[in-house]
Amino acid sequence: MSKPEKLIENGIRLDGRKPDEIRPIKIKVGVLNRADGSCYFEFGGNKVIAAVYGPREVHPRHQQKSTSAVVRYRYNMASFSVEERKRPGPDRRSIEVSKVSREALEPVIFEEYFPRSAIDIFVEVLQADAGTRTAGINAASIALADAGIPMKSLVSACAVGKVDDTLVLDLNKDEDNYGQADMPIAMTPDGKITLLQMDGHLTRDEFKEGLEMAKSGCMAISEMQKAALLEKYSGQIGGDAVE
Amino acid sequence: MPLSNEIMAELRKDYIYNLMVKGEREDGRTFDQYRDITIDTNVIEKAEGSARVRLGDTLLVVGVKIQPGTPFPDTPDQGVIITNLELIPLASPVFESGPPREDAIELARVVDRGIRESGAIDLSKLCVTPGEKVWMVFIDVHVLDDGGNIMDAASLGAIAALMTAKLPAKRFDLGEDSPVPIRDVPVAVTAVEVGGSIMLDPSLNEESIAGTKLTVISNQDGCLSGMQKSGVHPLTTEQINYIVDNAIEKAKELRQKFLEI
Repeated sequence: MSKPEKLIENGIRLDGRKPDEIRPIKIKVGVLNRADGSCYFEFGGNKVIAAVYGPREVHPRHQQKSTSAVVRYRYNMASFSVEERKRPGPDRRSIEVSKVSREALEPVIFEEYFPRSAIDIFVEVLQADAGTRTAGINAASIALADAGIPMKSLVSACAVGKVDDTLVLDLNKDEDNYGQADMPIAMTPDGKITLLQMDGHLTRDEFKEGLEMAKSGCMAISEMQKAALLEKYSGQIGGDAVE
Repeated sequence: MPLSNEIMAELRKDYIYNLMVKGEREDGRTFDQYRDITIDTNVIEKAEGSARVRLGDTLLVVGVKIQPGTPFPDTPDQGVIITNLELIPLASPVFESGPPREDAIELARVVDRGIRESGAIDLSKLCVTPGEKVWMVFIDVHVLDDGGNIMDAASLGAIAALMTAKLPAKRFDLGEDSPVPIRDVPVAVTAVEVGGSIMLDPSLNEESIAGTKLTVISNQDGCLSGMQKSGVHPLTTEQINYIVDNAIEKAKELRQKFLEI
């Protein structure tokens, strides 16, 4: 599609959202049998699945750390996830996304509980629609909890951007392609920022405002993550023996 | 990592942290002070543009090669920028040969984003024949000595090299040589967080113990064109805003001093 004339009309975006509205989210916890923890996450048109394995032995062994676990994160896009077929396997973009996503999650993981072991996070993007790294982080955070990895909190991620000189939350594909700025952010529920990237053009004030917008998006997502985990696990706490 | 390295890291952390509490840095700088910078351009005659950057102990050379090529199908009337950076074993005992690893890829991609997203180069002016022939600009960063903060040195080098680069039209029978169309001068400023304090332009030691780095790239108009947080330590909104404010000011200063046309 070529550039639409306007990305926002009368304060409403092309997909019908208000500027500060995120796309619909669907979460399923524990969708894979072999993985220790897993999560399927839909974020608008993004469909991603995250699996967590570990703590387990580190291979290759030279990667192991004597005082803490190593956390590894592999973000991968399926070749069919985008319009033009993507060449399978890691490219420079996915290596960078993997690095910053891992660093977005590491602060909440009690790595020091598991010296000489690995916690492996695999994120597979089945369908991409702008915001795959944030969807991946949201999914991975839930999958870590599902795997029973001790964590200080969940991590939630959401992008904020600028289109038609207006700040908007959670860019869709057209807004990402034709917008003026894109800034993915991840944070903990107490507002500590664990991922921050930005490209495009933002003034100081837009940046400050954008950060606050992203915060509100992350908080909303955080509640949904919690609800999804509670839905799976609340039935297992207490149970018949107590009633 | 062998244990001795971990012990050394702890000792270093202690040393730098204790200095920091007193408001000092190991080389006597203030928290917002850069190390000495020298930029020499046109150091490689065979390259269309080049710059050698010294930032404290860090030394690197940026070479720009420009040649005609085919545009990408989705941008048939725009030139192409390709940025590469390798952490070669010549530059540090901890760099290894082999394909670039994530830290090198991250550095290259942030330098690239700085040039690309700031609109530093007018890509539409790099078109020769729409859909067929455009200028391809290859920015290659060669790190020779890692003294910390490669990111800022590489960004300075990239824009400095581009500002002196020429389109080699004559060599390819495409008319007269002309300067690369520069529209903006992005400058990257990197800060680290150590024990709650923020320092600009981290030295190698400071970098090695820092929980987090934040690179802020800003344009001539004082607007932001790129940002990258790197490292596992979280940052508060206040810390980020503080870094952004300082980075924009510092970028102005660096641009005035080293990149005035």
